[in-house]
Amino acid sequence: MPTEKIYWKNIKQLDQESTKLHSLQQREFPEKLPADFYESPTQKSSEEDSNTSRRDFLKYVGFGTAAATLAACDGPVIKSVPYVVKPEQIVPGNANFYATTYYDGYDFSNILIKTREGRPIKIESNSDAPKFYQTNARVHASILSLYDTRRFQLPQENKQDTTWEDFYGKVKERLQAISQAEKRVALITNTILSPTTKAIIEQLIETFPSIEHHQYDAISSDAVLDAFEARYGIRAIPDYDFSQAENIVSFDADFLGDWQAGGYDSGYAKSRIPKGQDKSYRMSHHLQLESNMTLTGANADHRIVLTPAKIKQVLAHVYRVVCENSSLTSISDEQLRQLVDRITSQFNENPSGSVVVTGIDHIDAQKMVLSINEKLQSRCFNPQTPLFLRAGKTDTIDRVLEGILSGEISGVLFHGINPVYSHPRGDELAEAIKSLELSVAFGTAPDETTNVSEFVAATSHCLEAWSDFNPTTGYYCVAQPVIKTLFHTKDYQQILLDLIDADIEHLDYLRRFWEGNILESSSWNQVVHDGYYTKEENFQVTENIGYEIDVKALTEAQDYPLSLILYTKTSLGDGSQANNPWLQEMPDPITRASWDNYLTISTTDAKRFDLENKTNSFGALDGSYAKIRVGYTELEVPVLIQPGQANGTVGLALGYGRKEGVQEEMQVGVNAYRLLLDNQLIQSVEINPLDKKMHEFACIQLQNTVMGRGEIIKETTLEHFNTKEKDYYNPVVHVSKNHIETPVSSQEVDIWTSFDHSVGHFFNLSVDLNACTGCGACVIACQAENNVPVVGKREVRRSRDMHWLRIDRYYSSEVTFDKDQRRAEDTSWFSKAYGTFRELEVAAENPQVVFQPVMCQHCNHAPCETVCPVAATSHGRQGQNQMAYNRCIGTRYCANNCPYKVRRFNWFRYNKNSEFDYNMNNSLGRMVLNPDVVVRSRGVMEKCSFCIQRTQKTIMDAKLEGRTIQDGEFHTACSKACTSGALVFGDANDKDSEVAKLKEQKRKYYLLESVGTKPNVMYQVKVRNTTVS
Amino acid sequence: MAHYEAPIRSPLILGEKTYHDITRDIAKPVESKPSKQWWIVLTIALVAFLWGVGCIVYTIGTGIGTWGLNKTIGWAWDITNFVWWVGIGHAGTLISAVLLLFRQRWRMAINRSAEAMTIFSVIQAALFPLIHMGRPWLGYWVLPIPNQFGSLWVNFNSPLLWDVFAISTYLSVSLVFWWTGLLPDFAMIRDRAIKPFSKKIYSIVSFGWSGRAKDWQRFEEVSLVLAGLATPLVLSVHTIVSFDFATSVIPGWHTTIFPPYFVAGAIFSGFAMVQTLLIIMRKVSRLEDYITVQHIELMNIIIMITGSIVGVAYITELFIAWYSGVEYEQYAFLNRMTGPYWWAYLAMMTCNVFSPQFMWFKKLRTSIIFSFIISIVVNIGMWFERFVIIVTSLHRDYLPSSWTMFSPTFVDIGIFIGTIGFFFLLFLLYANKFPVIAQAEVKTILKTSGEAFKRKRDINGS
Repeated sequence: MPTEKIYWKNIKQLDQESTKLHSLQQREFPEKLPADFYESPTQKSSEEDSNTSRRDFLKYVGFGTAAATLAACDGPVIKSVPYVVKPEQIVPGNANFYATTYYDGYDFSNILIKTREGRPIKIESNSDAPKFYQTNARVHASILSLYDTRRFQLPQENKQDTTWEDFYGKVKERLQAISQAEKRVALITNTILSPTTKAIIEQLIETFPSIEHHQYDAISSDAVLDAFEARYGIRAIPDYDFSQAENIVSFDADFLGDWQAGGYDSGYAKSRIPKGQDKSYRMSHHLQLESNMTLTGANADHRIVLTPAKIKQVLAHVYRVVCENSSLTSISDEQLRQLVDRITSQFNENPSGSVVVTGIDHIDAQKMVLSINEKLQSRCFNPQTPLFLRAGKTDTIDRVLEGILSGEISGVLFHGINPVYSHPRGDELAEAIKSLELSVAFGTAPDETTNVSEFVAATSHCLEAWSDFNPTTGYYCVAQPVIKTLFHTKDYQQILLDLIDADIEHLDYLRRFWEGNILESSSWNQVVHDGYYTKEENFQVTENIGYEIDVKALTEAQDYPLSLILYTKTSLGDGSQANNPWLQEMPDPITRASWDNYLTISTTDAKRFDLENKTNSFGALDGSYAKIRVGYTELEVPVLIQPGQANGTVGLALGYGRKEGVQEEMQVGVNAYRLLLDNQLIQSVEINPLDKKMHEFACIQLQNTVMGRGEIIKETTLEHFNTKEKDYYNPVVHVSKNHIETPVSSQEVDIWTSFDHSVGHFFNLSVDLNACTGCGACVIACQAENNVPVVGKREVRRSRDMHWLRIDRYYSSEVTFDKDQRRAEDTSWFSKAYGTFRELEVAAENPQVVFQPVMCQHCNHAPCETVCPVAATSHGRQGQNQMAYNRCIGTRYCANNCPYKVRRFNWFRYNKNSEFDYNMNNSLGRMVLNPDVVVRSRGVMEKCSFCIQRTQKTIMDAKLEGRTIQDGEFHTACSKACTSGALVFGDANDKDSEVAKLKEQKRKYYLLESVGTKPNVMYQVKVRNTTVS
Repeated sequence: MAHYEAPIRSPLILGEKTYHDITRDIAKPVESKPSKQWWIVLTIALVAFLWGVGCIVYTIGTGIGTWGLNKTIGWAWDITNFVWWVGIGHAGTLISAVLLLFRQRWRMAINRSAEAMTIFSVIQAALFPLIHMGRPWLGYWVLPIPNQFGSLWVNFNSPLLWDVFAISTYLSVSLVFWWTGLLPDFAMIRDRAIKPFSKKIYSIVSFGWSGRAKDWQRFEEVSLVLAGLATPLVLSVHTIVSFDFATSVIPGWHTTIFPPYFVAGAIFSGFAMVQTLLIIMRKVSRLEDYITVQHIELMNIIIMITGSIVGVAYITELFIAWYSGVEYEQYAFLNRMTGPYWWAYLAMMTCNVFSPQFMWFKKLRTSIIFSFIISIVVNIGMWFERFVIIVTSLHRDYLPSSWTMFSPTFVDIGIFIGTIGFFFLLFLLYANKFPVIAQAEVKTILKTSGEAFKRKRDINGS
C-alpha cells in the first residue's frame, strides 16, 4: 500500500525518466515570469539564467537582516588600546607618583600626584618637602578640575573655537597695531611666583613696549604687604612658625583659614599637642579676638567676641603698652583695660614664646603687629624668610578700568584672574572690555572674564603644565606635567613665548633659566624629581627709618552701625573652583552647610531683624532671606544664625555666585565680591528681612550641641591634665557585675569572644582632638581615594550625604562643654524632661567649639556585623570591619545599628545617572576614579574601609621586596592628608609604631566605649590650655 | 450530655436555626451575586492596590531614595508597616489555635475570617522586608540555600534571618490550618453548586472531601495537631520580630521587655482588626445571628486586657530607662515623650492605653458602633507605636551630630495605602467566594449553644 497519496497533475508524470519534467518540477514557476519591463534591454536575463533564485534571495535578505540586527545589539564596546611601545615606568596596576607644585594664585602647595596607567587620580602632600607640604581641601580637590568637561579645548575667538595659528596671528597683529598707535596694553595676572615667567613677561614687554604688567589678587593682602615693605623694604608677607609658639594672640587673624595665603595649621597643630613629661605637659595657649566665628577661633583656648573696631582698639593699646611703654591706666574702658592687661601680662611671662598676628585690613594694624613681634623677639616670627605668595595691589583693576575708560588702554590680557567676577566693579569692567581693541583671557575653563573677552587663550591645567615658583627666599619649586594635555591647550608661558616668536619650547626655556640663574648644587633632573630646591639666600633686613605708626587711627576706630565681614570658606576659597562638585559638597567646618554661602548673624541680631532658622519635617535647615545693602549694591541672601558671631556684625563668604562656565547645579550662593568695595573685608551694611519663602540649606548637621554627653567629647584643661589622675579627665564608664563596679573595657563584662589579632598586622587609627583643626583636607582626600559619589544639594538636604569621613562640630550649650556635662548629670529627671534637654539643644552665644572626625570605628565587636542577614559585613583579620558590596542586599539594618552612624547607603545609582550629573556621569570625570576601589551600585551599603587597598598594596610591595614594613608606611587617605598630625594610622602590633604608642597614652579614649563595641579607632582627649574651667 | 451547656451561658447562635438554615445562611453570600456596595469597595481597593503596585515598581526601578529615609533613619514606614501587618496577623492563630485548645466555642463563628485576615495581612507584611531591600532581586540570598558563590552562607546571628524563618513558618502553618478548616465547608458549597464551573472549582479546592467518618476523624486530628504546632507560633512570631529591635544597640530598641510587649500588642491589634472586619461583615452578609453582640463583647474584653498590658509595658519602659541610669536610654525615652515626635507618642498613648479603658463599661463594649470606632482607633494607635519605636529611636541616637528627622514621601504613603488596598482586595474576594464562617464547626455547637435549643432545654429540662 502506498504510504503517500499522489495527486496527479498530468499524464507526463507517469514518465519517470523525463528530465524536462523533472527540471520543471524543480522550478518555482513553470512559466516564465513577465519580468521584462524592468530589466535593461542590454542585460537581458531571466530567472533561469540567474544563480540566485527568489527563494535564495529571500534567504539572503533574511540572513542579512538577522545578522545586521544581531550585530547592532552588540554589548558595550570597551575601548582599550594597547601600547605600541610600552613606557618602561608604567606597569598596569601600579601607581606612579610625581612630585610637582600646585599654585592657582590662591593656594600654594608642594604635592605628589598619583597616576595610574598614566592617568592622574589623586593629589597627596609632598611630605618630603621642608615647606609648603600642607595640602588643603581645595588642592586635594583640584584633581577633579583637571577633568572638568567645561574646560577650553582650543583657543577661542568670540566664543568660537579657533586654531592656535589664527589666534597668534590676530593677537600679534592687534598688539602691534596698539603699539603703533602708542596706546597701552594691560597684562593683569595673579601674583606671579615664577622667576621664569617673570623673565618671559619682561621679554614680552621688550617686544611689545605697550604692554604693562600688573598683579592682582582677588582678595588683597595690601595692608600686610605695604606694612612689611615699609618696615623691611621688600613687598612680602611675614612668615610665622606657629610650631614654636607658646602663646598665640590673634587679632582677627583666621590663620587656620586663608589668612595671608594660608598654610599655617600644621605648624599650629604641632604646638597644640601637649608635650613633655608626666605632670609637666606643655602646649601653646591661643587667644583669639574676632567677630566672625572662624576655624581659628573655634580652635582657640579663649575666644573673645568683639566687634572689628574693638579689636583694633585692643591691638592699639597692646601696642602702646608693649612698644611705647604706655601705662594701662590710660585706658578708660574697664573691660578693654582688663583684656589688654591679660594679653600684655602673658607677654611678660614668656615674650619670645609669644606671637601676635592680625587679619585687620589696615596698614597701621599690620605695622603694629610687626613691631610687637620684634619687640617680643618672638621666635615664631622670622622676617628673614618672608613669603611672596601675594603681590597684588588693591587698586590694580580700578586703575586699569580708569585707563580703559579714558582711552589710554586699548588692550587687556588677563591671566589667572577673573576680575569681572571678583571685582566689585566687575560689571563696569565687563562693559569696558567689550569696547577694547584687544581683550585676551588666558584660562583653563570658562568664567565671567573669558566670557566677555574677545580672545581666549586655552591654557593647560596646572597638572598638565611646566612651571616654577619662588614662594619664599631660598626656596624654589617646579611643577611638571603629569599627563599629556587632554585638549589642545598650551602652557601660559608657552603662549607668551609664541607671541614674541621666541621659537623655543617652554620646558627648554625653563630649564635653561634654571641652569643659568637658580641651580647651584643640584641637577635639573633631581629638582624635577623632588619638586623643590633650596639654597642659601638671605635678604638683608633694611630697617626703614621713616617707619611710622598711626596709633590714633586704631584707638579711635569706630564701628559701623552694622558691619559686614567678608570671609572665604574652607571649601571654596576665592571661588575659582566653583565648578568642582567635591568642594561644593564639602560641608563648611563651622556651619556644616554645603552648597551655599549665607549671611552669618548672631542670635540677638537675628531676633532684632526678625530673621529665623527652622528645621523642616525631614530635618533639613531652612533660613529666612534678608536683603543687604552695601553702598549701592543690594543682594538677597539667606541667613544662617551663627553662635559666636559678634553682635553688630554679620559675615558673608566670598567665592560663591559664579554663573559663567559653571554647571547649573553648582551655580549656588550669591557673589559677595560685589560688596568688597575698595577691597576692604569689612563693610557697612544695612539689613532688611525679606518676606519670601525660606531658603533651603543643605546642612549636614542639625544638632549643634553635644547634649552634655561627656563620653563623646572628652576634654580637660591643661591644669587638670597635669595635676589630676587619668580617671579624673579620662574616666572609663563602669558597670555593675555581681555588685562589683567593673570598667566597661574589662573582659569581665564582655559577652563576646574576642578576635585574635596577635598575628599579622592590626590596624589602628588615632584621632587627636587637640591637633585636629577641622580643615577638612581628609574629607576630600577620602572622597578622591574611595570614589565617594557627589549627591547634590537636594540629597545632602535630605541627610543623604555620602562622605565616609565627616568632621563633627559641636558647640557648647553652656559656656564650656564641662558645664554642659555637669548640667546634664545634675538635673533631675523631671526638669530634664521639661527644660534642661531642650536648653542643652541650643548653643551658647559664644560657645566652646570642638571638631571630631568620625569615620567607621572598625569595631572589634561590631554591631553591624551581627545583624546583617547575609553576612555582607564581617570582621577582617587585620582589624578592619569589612564590607562586601557584592554580597549586600541593602536591608540597612547595619546602618541603623551603628552607634556612630558612619554607614552610607546608595539610595540611587550615583554613577552614569543624569539625575546626578557630576563627575561620575561623564567619561572625562570618571577618569579621576581610583581603579583600586569599586564604584558602588545602587542599593548597597558602603563605608570607610581603612583604605584596605592602600594597606594591602603596602604589604604586597614589602613582600615583593622581601623586607619588613617600617612604621609610617601604612597610611589611609585621611591620615596621609592630615599634615597636622591629628590622624595617625598604623600597625598596633608593631610595638614601636606611633599608633601603638598613642594607644598607651593617657589621653586615649574610645568613642562611646560603654556600648562595648571595642573600636580600632581611638581618640585623644582634647586638652584646653585654659585657666578657668 | 454532649449537648448540655449551662443555662447561664448566653447562646452563641441566635434565632430558630436548623442545620439547614446555617448551611443556607453561610452559603448565601457565596451563591448570590455580589452587591453594588461590594463592587464599589472592591474598585476602591483595586485602585489603592494598583497605586501601591505603581509605587513599588517605581521604588524598585529607581531606588530606595524615592522614600523619605536618610543616613540616620534607615527604616521608617517600611518596617513600621511590616510590624503593623505582622501584628494584625496575630489574632488569627490565637483565635484558631489557642482558643481551640482552651475549648472556647465562641471562636467558631469568627475563626475563619480571623485566619483569612491573618494570611492576608502576613502577605502584606512579607512584602515589606522584600521591597525595603536596596537590591530586592537578590532577596533570595537571605535563604540558606546551597549555592555556587563558594561556601557562602547566611548569617545565623542576624535577627532579620530569624524573621525570614519566623514569618515563612507562620504563613505556611496558618495557611494549612486555614485550608484544612475550609475543606468541609468548600465541600458543602461544592455539593450545593449548580453551575458546573463553580462545582469544578470547589471540588478542586475541597481536595475531594467526602464527608465520611474517616474524613472527619482525620480532620479533627489534623486540626488538633496543627493547633498544637501553631500555638507556639503565636508567641514566637512577634517575639522574633521584636528581636529585630531588642538585640540591637540603639537606645529605645535595646529593650528586654520587647518580646512579651510585642506579642501583647500584636494580639491587641489583631483583635481590633478582626473586630473591624467582622462588624462590617456580619452586617453585609447578614450574619448577625452567628457573630453576635456577645462575640463582639468578648473580643472587646480581650482588646481591653491586651491594651492594658501594652500600657503597662510602656510605663515599664519609661521606668527602666530612668532606673538604668544610662544617659542615652534616658534621653531616648524623654525624647519620645517630649521631642519633635511627641505627637506620635501622644497618639500611641491615647489610642492604645486610654481608649480601650472604655471597655470597662458594659454599655460601651456591647455597643456595635462604639466597638467599631475603638477597633479602628486601636489600629491607628498600634501603627503609631511601631512608628514611635522605629523612628523616634533612630532619629536621635548616640551622636547628636547625626540627629535628623524623617518625613514620608508620596511613595512611602502610596505603598502603605497599596497594602491596605491589597488586603481589602483579598478580603473582599474571600468574603464573596469563601464560606466566611466555619459552618461545619458552628453546626457542632448548634444544639448546645443555639438560642432555640437552649430555650427548648430550659422549657423541657434536657
